[in-house]
Amino acid sequence: MTVFIIRRLLQALLVVFMMSVIVFFGVNIVGDPVYMLVSPDADQADIEAAISRLGLDRPILEQYWLFLKGAAQGDLGNSFIFGEPALKLILHHMPATMELAFSALFLAIVIGIPLGLYAGLYPDGMLSKGIMAASIFGFSLPTFWVGLMLIMLFAVELQWVPATGRGDIGSFLGIQSSIFTLDGLSHIFLPALNLALLKISLAIRLTRAGVREAMGLDYVKYARAKGLSTRRIILVHVMKNIMIPVVTVMGLEFGSLIGFSVVTETIFAWPGMGKLLIDAILQLDRPVVVAYLMIIVLFFVLINLIVDILYSILDPRVRLQDQGA
Amino acid sequence: MSAVLDVHGLKTHFFTHAGVVKAVDGVDFTVSKGEIMGLVGESGSGKSITGFSILGLIDPPGRIVEGSIKFNGEEIANAKEERLQGLRGNRISMIFQDPMMTLNPVLRIDTQMMEAILAHESVSKQTAWERSRDALGLVGIPSPEERLRAYPHQLSGGMRQRVAIATAFLNKPDLIIADEPTTALDVTIQAQIIHEAQKLTKQTGTAMIWITHDLAVVAGLADRISVMYAGRIVEQGGIDDVIDRPLHPYTVGLLGSVPTANRRGKRLFQIEGMTPNMLDLPRGCAFGPRCHARTDACDQQPLIKDIDGRSLRCLNPQRAPEAVK
Amino acid sequence: MSDATAHPALSAGIPAKVETPFQRFRAEFFESKIATVALAVFGSIVLLAILAPWITPQNPYDLAQVSVMDGRLPPGSEAFDGYTMWLGSDGSGRDLYSAILYGLRISLTVGLASGVIALLIGMAIGLVAAYAGGRIEAIIMRIVDLQLSFPASLVALMMVAALGKGVDKIILALVIAQWAYYARTVRATALVERGKEYVEAAQCLGISRFRIVFRHILPNCMAPLIVVGTVQTASAISLEATLSFLGVGLPQTEPSIGVLIANGFEYMLSGRYWISVFPGLALLFTVVSINLVGDHLRDVLNPRLKK
Ligand SMILES: Nc1ncnc2c1ncn2[C@@H]1O[C@H](COP(=O)(O)OP(=O)(O)O)[C@@H](O)[C@H]1O
Ligand code: SF4
Ligand SMILES: [Mg+2]
Repeated sequence: MTVFIIRRLLQALLVVFMMSVIVFFGVNIVGDPVYMLVSPDADQADIEAAISRLGLDRPILEQYWLFLKGAAQGDLGNSFIFGEPALKLILHHMPATMELAFSALFLAIVIGIPLGLYAGLYPDGMLSKGIMAASIFGFSLPTFWVGLMLIMLFAVELQWVPATGRGDIGSFLGIQSSIFTLDGLSHIFLPALNLALLKISLAIRLTRAGVREAMGLDYVKYARAKGLSTRRIILVHVMKNIMIPVVTVMGLEFGSLIGFSVVTETIFAWPGMGKLLIDAILQLDRPVVVAYLMIIVLFFVLINLIVDILYSILDPRVRLQDQGA
Repeated sequence: MSAVLDVHGLKTHFFTHAGVVKAVDGVDFTVSKGEIMGLVGESGSGKSITGFSILGLIDPPGRIVEGSIKFNGEEIANAKEERLQGLRGNRISMIFQDPMMTLNPVLRIDTQMMEAILAHESVSKQTAWERSRDALGLVGIPSPEERLRAYPHQLSGGMRQRVAIATAFLNKPDLIIADEPTTALDVTIQAQIIHEAQKLTKQTGTAMIWITHDLAVVAGLADRISVMYAGRIVEQGGIDDVIDRPLHPYTVGLLGSVPTANRRGKRLFQIEGMTPNMLDLPRGCAFGPRCHARTDACDQQPLIKDIDGRSLRCLNPQRAPEAVK
Repeated sequence: MSDATAHPALSAGIPAKVETPFQRFRAEFFESKIATVALAVFGSIVLLAILAPWITPQNPYDLAQVSVMDGRLPPGSEAFDGYTMWLGSDGSGRDLYSAILYGLRISLTVGLASGVIALLIGMAIGLVAAYAGGRIEAIIMRIVDLQLSFPASLVALMMVAALGKGVDKIILALVIAQWAYYARTVRATALVERGKEYVEAAQCLGISRFRIVFRHILPNCMAPLIVVGTVQTASAISLEATLSFLGVGLPQTEPSIGVLIANGFEYMLSGRYWISVFPGLALLFTVVSINLVGDHLRDVLNPRLKK
């Protein structure tokens, strides 16, 4: 197990290193790094100062070394717009995004898995067919358009919840989040639902497929032959097996939730790092874009790592493979 | 001896898109207390479906369409699910063919054994655990406490099948249906398992239906034999009668295909021809196309007749019973 | 076990009709009513988009035909020029029905072009990997895996951030975001095919790898590629709309459906729903119909998943 974790950590480091190479040389090849990293309003003197400060007059390998060193120390350049370190800016916006992504993941699990379970147990029922049709829509509907419709329906027409923004922040067990206040919950509900829609569909399909497969397997028939109640067969025998792939995939999807939050945050004016990114792209605030990219890469690598470890803990076949039986 | 199980005119059909599969089509047999009955036939002849019908474990598109299954005098064909659940694993246990597939891979052995007790009796977990441990000891598993903590993949195939046998005996059932329990195992382990099962039935007085496609397996084990072909029993009688003086051409063929003691696993010869297509059975005797004793009269379905101390479904018995005597 | 036709004893009994694979495919495809309707809907959308100049009352991008006085009219209003705006008009007075059909032209072009190009490139890379084998294959597949661990939307977003706006640039961004899906599909087929006896036999007979790749692997990955292609094209259309909506995709001068929806966004909170909703419905019909066709294609083309 420890060997496994160390091996995965080394792999993760390798990926981060590779991505830094891609980002760095990508920036150098796609465009002039001066243009990429210095504000367009800068005058000649500023540009020259920046060139020497960023070391752009040195050989490319040395530049890469400097970039790495800066990145390792958390220095990914200053935002042109805010004049602050880009990294700090992103970290400042991160909690709002995390809170949104976690809420969406939560919704996806509590809505998607029960529906998928039902659809898997009664595949020919009308309700199951309805659930599956809805999940195709969930997959096909563009997130941003669903977001608009949600706003129109729940915020403009019914006026149940506010349309945009983040609500009051509360604190619980030392964690600051808007999900701990009623106002905060009313603000996060729509964007979280919007972000969750795709993942709800995914959870439905995964769970349904898993249940259908498991129900036909010998161990379920054997469990029935032992006289177990249907309840125990489904909740213990079937769910325990399918939770492994479902948890794994949903965990991996957490990264994509953060990626997709760019869209949702823009529509709902949610002050997270996705909105920051879009603003940065529109305002050509490149250091922020580069910093976001590096953070996201780190994030994905981390999520992959955690999910891998989680998977090996969940599945006894993997967990125990290093030990002699 | 009183009959534990009395099956009469059992018909279990599958209503598929391609047509009706008459997997079990009019089967009669009786099993008495402490008796081992061998149910023999080629793959696809309906042995497993017969077993599952008794437990009420036939899933759509299949169902029991006709006949009666009397268990200790009680009619259980198409009985209420609660009643069947109470019997399964409690009064009637089943052992499946492939020990690799029947134990749930993500649950420990103790969980899977104890639940078979707890589903039928309200005893403490401690009691259930102790009974599971003792049962493992009975089937010759060394250090049972340790095995109870293991996951299935940590045990060998033979070990897992012993676990399944121990589980089957946990609630001291009146009847055990063992569906090819040794087919997936090595020959030496096969012999041990058969020995173990035989010993336990003698000790406990449990009746047993031992399903196999291998006559050699039941020859030394069963008290009586039922030979099945295409959903029907074609010959049934005491073990010595049937093995020493088979009357049905199919039984003769099966005996001819028994592997010899010195060259186990290798068929000396097989019955010629293909196993029948269950959707398109020949007119009259289903064995007709493969039978060398066939006559024109065989275009009529042969009825069961009692000859020479057994029941037989054949118009041209292999040897006249008088000649044998 | 409830799966009837999967049972080996049963398949033997089904009489084999003599028909070409394509005929059978066609028959099986049209067995599903939903898929048939979806295909018809998609066909109509494509037709409407192609015929747009001849079946719309105005060319929404010819300034001479657009009047600001017609701005934000609700559905069914009469335009200054006398025709009825069945779907209303947008902020600058364009007839929405006309704008949607013209917008579909752009959206479909971007989606189909990026889909086809990504398919060709991804397929080529996948085949190269399958042909080369060994280290090269391992390296290519690691890159594919790495890229696939990031959502396509994020990759596309990064690409447009680097490339800028415009039809050509967004097509390029979408191709970069999606080629890996096709490469992975080809490679999956290659793995299956390589294990099969006939390929092993072909190798033993000394038939060149080139031939194996083009005679055996390529034809066999066509079916999965078509399925992935439909789904990815739908996702490309949706992604373009998303990027354009976010303001980083197509410029106002090339108003795809996404741009139209974005333009309507500001009016939505004031109750002028139609400016965003109707283009949105057009997008929805397009994407959902392609996905339904793709979903059914998967069932028909993949014998393992057949019910
Ligand atoms: N779910 C099912 N659907 C259709 N036919 C089935 C199904 N299960 C079993 N059968 C048919 O029932 C017949 C008997 O099967 P089975 O009892 O498993 O044979 P065996 O004697 O090998 O145990 C087979 O010919 C098979 O085709
Ligand atoms: S009834 Fe006729 S065909 Fe059938 S087994 Fe007997 S002799 Fe052979
Ligand atoms: Mg069987």
